[in-house]
Amino acid sequence: MASLEEASKPFAGLSDVSISEDIPVEGDISVPVGPSRRDDEFSTLDEPVKETILRDLRAVGKKFIHVLYPKRSSALLRDWDLWGPLLLCVTLALLLQGGAADSDDQGGPQFAEVFVIVWFGSIIITLNSKLLGGTLSFFQSLCVLGYCILPLTVAMAVCRIVLLSGTGKVSAAIRLVVVTSSFGWSTFASTAFLADSQPSNRKALVVYPVFLFYFVIGWMILTFTP
Amino acid sequence: MASNNEDPFQFREFDEAGILLEANKDAVTISIEDEDLMSKRQRNAGLTPDVDEEESLNTDDKSSLLSGQRKNVPFWTFEYYQQYFDIETYHVKERIIGSMLPWPRKNFIQVYLRKNPDLYGPFWICTTLVFAIAISGNISNFLLHFGKPNYKYTPEFRKVTIAATAIFSYAWLVPLALWGFLLWRSNKILNLVSYSFMEIVCVYGYSLSIYIPAVVLWILPYEWVTWCSIVMALCLSGSVLVMTFWPAVRDDHPKVIAAVLSSIVLLNILLAVGCKAYFFSSPQRDSPAPVTVKPTSST
Repeated sequence: MASLEEASKPFAGLSDVSISEDIPVEGDISVPVGPSRRDDEFSTLDEPVKETILRDLRAVGKKFIHVLYPKRSSALLRDWDLWGPLLLCVTLALLLQGGAADSDDQGGPQFAEVFVIVWFGSIIITLNSKLLGGTLSFFQSLCVLGYCILPLTVAMAVCRIVLLSGTGKVSAAIRLVVVTSSFGWSTFASTAFLADSQPSNRKALVVYPVFLFYFVIGWMILTFTP
Repeated sequence: MASNNEDPFQFREFDEAGILLEANKDAVTISIEDEDLMSKRQRNAGLTPDVDEEESLNTDDKSSLLSGQRKNVPFWTFEYYQQYFDIETYHVKERIIGSMLPWPRKNFIQVYLRKNPDLYGPFWICTTLVFAIAISGNISNFLLHFGKPNYKYTPEFRKVTIAATAIFSYAWLVPLALWGFLLWRSNKILNLVSYSFMEIVCVYGYSLSIYIPAVVLWILPYEWVTWCSIVMALCLSGSVLVMTFWPAVRDDHPKVIAAVLSSIVLLNILLAVGCKAYFFSSPQRDSPAPVTVKPTSST
């Protein structure tokens, strides 16, 4: 018995707590994990819907700026989203609508064709870089490729404005310059994000499909005639 | 020696044990496992003397050389496809150049692929060729009609789909047929050389690479430039294909050899000339075109 009592001595304090019957059991149940910063910043339950949407839009806008200045490369990779790519892709496809002879077989790309080229193209490029042993996750790469369409979408908008003034040689030259520069910009920006994930002896193999992808999109924009 | 004996865990570190054994050869500590290990190591060293440089690549080469084929992974896994993308930039460059410059007695599969066919090259060469054909066909059409009245430029986006169908079916169905045929023949006649399906696909994909610069040359509105480049590309890619498949059919009946090689060349010619005829309108055909359209519309 004595040995038993001795053995239970370390838990003496605990048994005292459980025995006391007159005190009602109360207290805080708290998860002993450090407070996550995200919860402190915004609790999204009781905020207006406007703020929620604006916050997401602001995040998308921030990433647009990252694409325009591709040197600060971590943010686009850290928290990816597909809202921006969707927005850009739909805008591009809508702007490419109403092209030459829509009813004709020989016309420009349809809405669905643009959509398929952008999404399947970026999925294939992502698979290609994963197969080559890239370290980026699938959606990170998809996000980067989608966001880097931004210069080309801007070029499309510029082209439509230029085409309003006429379809002469001057406008064709302006469009050529705009599309070429935005194509270079897109390729450069996406390369800045994607190339680091590859071993150096395979960089060119990853960059080439990206180049081809933006080249084809640039070609679609350049050949657009209302 | 004393320290060697008193520590029973010494044998786990094989390198140190080996060094110790080599250092004092009169030691009596050699056990049967040690001898096995040493001989194994010597065998390995004899096979691959340059173990130090590019460790992973060499081990890969070694394993593929020793087993004669790749490791068996089921085809639905990601790793299965990863092994066909296990290449580096200079490999691809080397293979593209090799497919453009046929050299006598240089078999493309044996010299460049070395049991390591890739899918990167064939896939992206085909994709590039599809867009090159569609885009340069469009540009040449535009240049041909430029300045003519009542010509309205259209992007002709439909051509991309048609070109993709043509190129990808050529690059996959022809190798499939060829592979099946070679398999069937190798059952009848003992061939020394047999190619796997992926190797044949790889050869066909890379053999299309010469057409990319050729197709870009077709933009120029001169017929003789076009036909010169077609003949050049046909000779180069056709001879690479013929020289590659020559060892596989060499021991066969002469009629079979002739049939196989001529069908390879014929399909190649069909692809090139078909693309030229369909995607690039020639100026001779262009002028009677409105005349031929009129009677069909009136009847």
